[in-house]
Order: sequence, then C-alpha cells, then structure tokens
Amino acid sequence: MSVFFANLPEYAAMILFGIGLSNLMLAKNLVKKIIGLNIMDTSVYLFLAAKGYVENSVAPIVSASDLGHIEHTLYTNPVPAGLVLTGIVVSVSVTAVLLSLIVRLNEEFHTLDIDEIIHILRKRDREDLK
Amino acid sequence: MNKEKRDRLYAVLCTVLTIVFISVMLFTVEKMPDLGRADNPDINEVMEFYVEEGPEETGALNAVTGMILHYRAFDTLGESCVLFVSAVCVFILLRIDGEASNDTLVAIDRRYEPTDDPILTQTFKLLVPAVFMFGIYITMNGHLSPGGGFSGGAIIGAALLLFLNAYGLEKTERFMSSQLYRRVTTMALCFYAVAKSYTFYTGANGLDSFEGAGTPGNILSAGLILPLNICVAVVVSMTIYSMYIMIRKGGFNK
Amino acid sequence: MSLVQNVPAFSILLLMLCGIVCLVLPRRAARHLADCAIALVAAASVALLVYFLQGGAAYTYSMGEIGAPFGNELRAGMLEAAVATLFSIVTLLSLMGGRAHLRSDIGRLKVNLYYISTLFLLCSMLALVYTNDIFTAYVFVEINTITACGIVMSKEDGYTLAASMRYFIMSLIGSGLFLISICILYAVTGHLLMSNIQEAVAQLYAQGEYRAPLQVAIALMGVGLSLKSALWPFSSWLPDAHSSASASSSAMLSGLVLKSFIFLMIKIFYRVIGAGIVRTHAVLDLLLVFGILGMVMGSVNALFERDIKRLLAYSSVGQIGYIFCGVGLGTPAGVAAAMVQVAVHATTKAMLFCAAGGLMDASGGSKKFRDIEGAGRRDPYAGVAFIVGTLSMIGIPFFGGFITKLSLVQAAVTVGGWRNLLSILAIIVSTILTAIYYINVLAIIFRAPETAPTKASEKLKEEWKKQVRLDTEYEVAIVLFILLNLAIGLRSDQLMQIITTGLSMFG
Repeated sequence: MSVFFANLPEYAAMILFGIGLSNLMLAKNLVKKIIGLNIMDTSVYLFLAAKGYVENSVAPIVSASDLGHIEHTLYTNPVPAGLVLTGIVVSVSVTAVLLSLIVRLNEEFHTLDIDEIIHILRKRDREDLK
Repeated sequence: MNKEKRDRLYAVLCTVLTIVFISVMLFTVEKMPDLGRADNPDINEVMEFYVEEGPEETGALNAVTGMILHYRAFDTLGESCVLFVSAVCVFILLRIDGEASNDTLVAIDRRYEPTDDPILTQTFKLLVPAVFMFGIYITMNGHLSPGGGFSGGAIIGAALLLFLNAYGLEKTERFMSSQLYRRVTTMALCFYAVAKSYTFYTGANGLDSFEGAGTPGNILSAGLILPLNICVAVVVSMTIYSMYIMIRKGGFNK
Repeated sequence: MSLVQNVPAFSILLLMLCGIVCLVLPRRAARHLADCAIALVAAASVALLVYFLQGGAAYTYSMGEIGAPFGNELRAGMLEAAVATLFSIVTLLSLMGGRAHLRSDIGRLKVNLYYISTLFLLCSMLALVYTNDIFTAYVFVEINTITACGIVMSKEDGYTLAASMRYFIMSLIGSGLFLISICILYAVTGHLLMSNIQEAVAQLYAQGEYRAPLQVAIALMGVGLSLKSALWPFSSWLPDAHSSASASSSAMLSGLVLKSFIFLMIKIFYRVIGAGIVRTHAVLDLLLVFGILGMVMGSVNALFERDIKRLLAYSSVGQIGYIFCGVGLGTPAGVAAAMVQVAVHATTKAMLFCAAGGLMDASGGSKKFRDIEGAGRRDPYAGVAFIVGTLSMIGIPFFGGFITKLSLVQAAVTVGGWRNLLSILAIIVSTILTAIYYINVLAIIFRAPETAPTKASEKLKEEWKKQVRLDTEYEVAIVLFILLNLAIGLRSDQLMQIITTGLSMFG
C-alpha cells in the first residue's frame, strides 16, 4: 500500500492519459476532442514532472556562492523540466492550429461534429457523380 | 447494421480498449522505479553533470535554462520552430486580409469583440505595465532565477492581449502591424539559428567560440543564453499575439 | 573533421533558416529561395554520400561543444546520406511537377506560407533521418505533423479541411503514444541519446531488470509510429488527405512523409532498443501481420476506386504494407528489402501523383475515371509516367518494384514457419491485384475517346478538343522522375549495396 501512495502521481498520470485518449476517440464534438488531447498531453507532463523529483531536494537553481562545490543530491533532476517545457510549447502550438482548423470547418459546414462533416462530404461526392 | 448500433459498438470497443490500456500502463508504472528515490536510473552522471558542472561552464545559475539553451540548444531551436510553423498554419487557415476589405475585417471583429466594460478596461489599464514589467523581468533573469524565454514570452504575449483589450484595436494596431510581426519574428529566429549554427560548427569541429560564461550571477553573463532567451521571448509573444488576432478577425490592419 | 561532415547539421539549419526568411520575402523570391535551398541540400547530400562511398566511416556530430551523453547529437552513415539525398531530390521534383497546380490551388497571399511549410517539412524529415537524440526526434515529429497538415490544408476547400482534421487527430494520438514511450525509456535508462539508451537497455536486459516497462515502451513506440505512417488498420485518414491535397503536396505526403516515420521506427528498433531485443518482441510479428493485411486490403480497396488520386492513395496503403512486411521479418535482409521499397515507392508514387495532376489538367480538372478517359494521349508525359509507374508497381524486371519483390521474397524464404508462407502468399496476391487495377488505369487513360463510347459529359469533350498547354517545368520534372525510376531499376545492384553497407554501419 505504501508503494501505491509513493507512486501516486504516476498512477494519476496514466489514468488521466487513458481518460484523455478515450475522450479523443469517443467525443463527437471536435472541441471536446481537443480537450481530450490536452488532458492526454498534460498527463505526460505530470508523469515527467513526477519523475524528476528527488526526495528532500529543491529546484536546480544554485546560488553563485556555491559554485565549485555543488552537491547534485540537493537538487531535483533538470532534464524532465526541460522536456516538460518542450512538451508544453508543442501542445500549445498544436492546440492553436486545431482550434483555427475548427473555426474554418465550422464556417464551411456549420457543425462541429466530425461524423456529420464526413457525411456532408459523402453526400456532396454522390451529387457530383450524378 | 444501422448507424446507432455501429456507434454503440464503437463506443464499447473504445471503452474496452481504454480500460485495457490503463491497466497495462498501471502495471507498467508499478514495475518502474519508485518516485523520488536518489538511486533511480535517471539520477545518473548526466543529471550530475548538468547540476554540478553546468552552472560553472555555462554561467547560468538556473541549471534548466543552462541545459535547454546550451547543451540541448538544438531541441530548443526546434521548439521555437514548432511555434513558428504553427503560426504559419494558423495564417494559412485564417488569414483573409489582403483579399477581404478592411470593413469586412472590422465586421468580423465586432462579432467576437468583448463589450467595453469600464471595470475591466480600467483594471487592465492598471495591470498592463505591471504584467509587461514582470514578463521582461522573467525573460532577463532566465539564467539566474526561475523563468526563461518561454515563460517570459508567454507573459509578455498575455500583456499584449491585455493591452489590446484595454485600449482597443486601433491603438494597438498603430504599432502592431503585419510587417512588424513578420520582421521581428524573422529577425529573432534568424539570430537564434545563425548564432547557434556558429556554436554548433565551432563545437563539433573543436574550434574556439567567442562565447564566454562571464561572472555567474550577473545579468550580463552566461554567453549566448541571455540573447537567446530574449529571442525566444520575442518569438513566443509575437506568436501568441498573432494567433489571437487571426482567430479574432483574420488579419492585421493595413 | 572534414568539411563534408558538416553536411547533416547544415542541411537542417539551412532549410530552417530559408524557411524563416521566406516569411519576409516577396512571392517569387520565396519560391526561388525554396528551390535553391532544396537543390543545394540535395547536392550536399550527394557529396556526403560520395564521402561514404569512398570509404568514410559513420560518425556522430555533436551539436555544441559537448556531445554524448550530455548534448544533442546527429549521426550520419551511408544509409542516412542516401535517404537524405532521396528525400531532397523527390521534394524538389514534386514541387516542380505540381507547380501549375500550386498556382491555381493556393491563394495569392499564402504562397510564401506554402513554401515555408515545405521547407520545414523537408527540414524535419532530414532531422528525423540524422538525429541521434530521441527527444529531438519527438520535437521534429511534431514539426513534421504540423507542416504536413499545413501543406494539405493550404488548398482550403471542404475536403482538405476535413481530411487534415482527421489526419491531425490520428497523428496526435500517435505522437502522444510516442512521447509517453520516450518518457518510460528515459525513466528506466536515464538517457536521451540513442547510443546511450542502447547501452543501458542492453545492460538492463542482461540483468533482467525493468523487463515489463521496456516491453511496453517498445510496443507503444511501434504503435505510435505505425499510426503516423498509416499501417493498414490506422490508414483510414490517408486516402482523404492524400487525394484531396494539391498535386505537389500529395506527392510529398505519399512519397516521403510516411517513409520518414518508418525510417525513424527502423532506427529506434535497431539503434535505440537493439536488434537482438526487438527480435524477441511480439511487436515485429504484429507489424508483419498488419503489413501483410495492408498489402492485400490496400489493393482490394484500390480495385473498387473510381477516382485516380484516391486509387493512388489506396495503392500507397498497400505499398506501405510491403515496407512493414520487410521490417516485420526482422532479419537484416528484410530490413534491406524494406529500405529498397522506401526508395522505389518514394520515387514512383511521387511521380504518379505529379502525373495524375497532369492528367487532371488534361481533363478539365476532374479526377474521376469517366472524365480522364484518353488523358494519357492528351498529355503524353503523364501517359509515359503512368506506364513506367505501372511496370514498376507490378514488378516487371528492370524496374524498381521487381527489386523490392525479389529481395522481399529472398528475405522471406530465410525465415521459418508461418512468416515465410504468409508473406510470400501476400506478395503474390497483392501483385496480381496491383496488376489488375493499374492496367485498368492504363486502359482508361489510353482509350481513344473517338472510337470507344465514352461516359464523359459534352462539356468535358469540348474541353478535350482544346490544345492542352503544358508547362516546361512539369515536363522536366516528369522526365527526371522517369529517369530516376529507370536508374533505380537498372542500377539496382548499387542501390542494394548502398543499403546493405548502410545497414551494417547502422547498428
């Protein structure tokens, strides 16, 4: 049981990832799909941030007087922090592109349901063939 | 099979898939190293190097900034390019100025513009200088304290949006034109790419570069990290502003 | 370090820089800059390939003063140089072959943006080819996804918007799985550089530690990347995206983008995880089975398609199946066959998509079968390109496709059991189906409309009578494409040698 609580952030991250994934697959509304995607990404950041933590340590920002005799055990791992930063930037950019794609789709088809959009296109195709 | 049945089948399949996925991942996490232990595989010589040698070598007291802008600068260059190409994609999708007249742009804008609420406007006016200052502070001190180009740039971008909503588009667009956006972004990214190409070239070929660490702890130290942070902040804030303006009205004023 | 060894880093950075500068340039200048940059990168990659052919050894290139295990690194070998050469040449020819369509499909204001997307697309593909750092790979995978959607949706009609939405969502699920598997690998090994991860993984395997997380990471990596490279059950987005986009975009997407992810997958399996470990993992069998299913299902779907570009897109699903079949066999010969197929399919399919653009021009812009009747006579360049493409796709000797099939069969007979039987059977079935639908296309585009009863409308027939004006750039591109295909077919022993030497430098 104690192990379970020690790894709680990781369990939470994995469950969140599953929730995001199912949302992405099941939601009909495109905006909801994007929310699912963001939950998925955020869960990965939680996972990474949890991985970087070391017990009884602080953020890896040293003071100028310590230079030359820094003990790495006093600080958390800086690598996951860098990875999370990259991940956040990527997810922000992707979300922006997706949202503008939704704006255009909504202008074009007056709906946010991807199935309906495909349905409309099929109908257009059939009329084209006639 | 009719549509409803198929939808239900799809939903059930997805749910089962998700549950299987979550259980597999929980099982995996269970088998992975425990959190927070000092003898985990990721606490190795790489991490030790970044924390112990990094600050002295790069001059950046913030080991994360030192890592992403010095040792892993290629990643960060790619990251700024992600922002750039996503702005390009948003432009491809939403840009209508040049084809549409200014009146159309204004009409589109009116659909989305918030009403001129006096309380919000006044609060924004009070907040804008403080937020700007905060963003600039975070950017300039990225190598000394928590922060850096990305977070500082996001705050400056937010300040630009606040400014826009407090004073209205006309005042903002007196200085924020499409030309300014393009020139500033290009200049910042070009500086980043060229400066880093130089250090990649010198680094890989074992030549000396002019980059010096300076006195760690001063604002003007840590070689290229400070200018790169400023470039990143410029790119981030400009991208945020341009995305907002694209989604709001589809173009800059001419 | 000799000058030519800087080529990997500088081709990536040059494309990036030109992409950024294109934002402020006038339209014509942006176009010329893009062409020149890509041509320069192609020439530089050829120089690097020559360096390796003259006996240069594979090397790592640290991006900054400090290399492994602390900083970013690139790594170049013969295979990487060959793939980079292929990618840049095909990109250039695709741009040239579809130029007329770009003019009509893309808004006046968005020409620069299109060229920016193309430059960044090529830049990200080269970065995926050369990178030796798994997280850099993630960043460039994302650039690749965004720019690929950018060049699809720059046509801006309902079809491309909906198609790029589906493409984007599928790709993003793929990147999500890829990212989480990187996180798991990092958590158990503590490294991000490929060579260091490989050492750590080998050590962990020898000690029997963290077996389960590693297995899951490999599986997620396989699933994530095959989602992005349109392995059969995940390929539902592909026909829409590839058929609705502009001719150049389709050529690049079908010819190159899918391959860059497959190359990344091969690289991760053989350089990050290690060949010995991957061979014991079930993911290879899964790839083999789905690759085989894709070979058959893609061809079956193409059989019933009445739209030239969708047919080519479904054919891509089938041809990607061949690559996965080769990868799934798990032997060096299988991977070599997969790499041959990468080269053959990249050149052939890009050529066919450009030629399909020409056929559409000669048929009033329609891509339906009933409208393109006889288009091969009206546009002889496209007609010849389709003949060459068909011969190659079916696998007639002296054409590229033959080499693929031969080497794939040779690879398959060396592995035992069901894999052997199933893959050879699938190659036979898929070859027959491919022959049927491609010959059908040939029959349609070379049918003489005067003699045969035609279903095309009167308006279109009027259009046919007008002299079709072709532009030189398109003609040059098609001729070069045909030459490239013939070269691959006729000089196949050199190609095979480059690939096998490259693969031996790889591990």
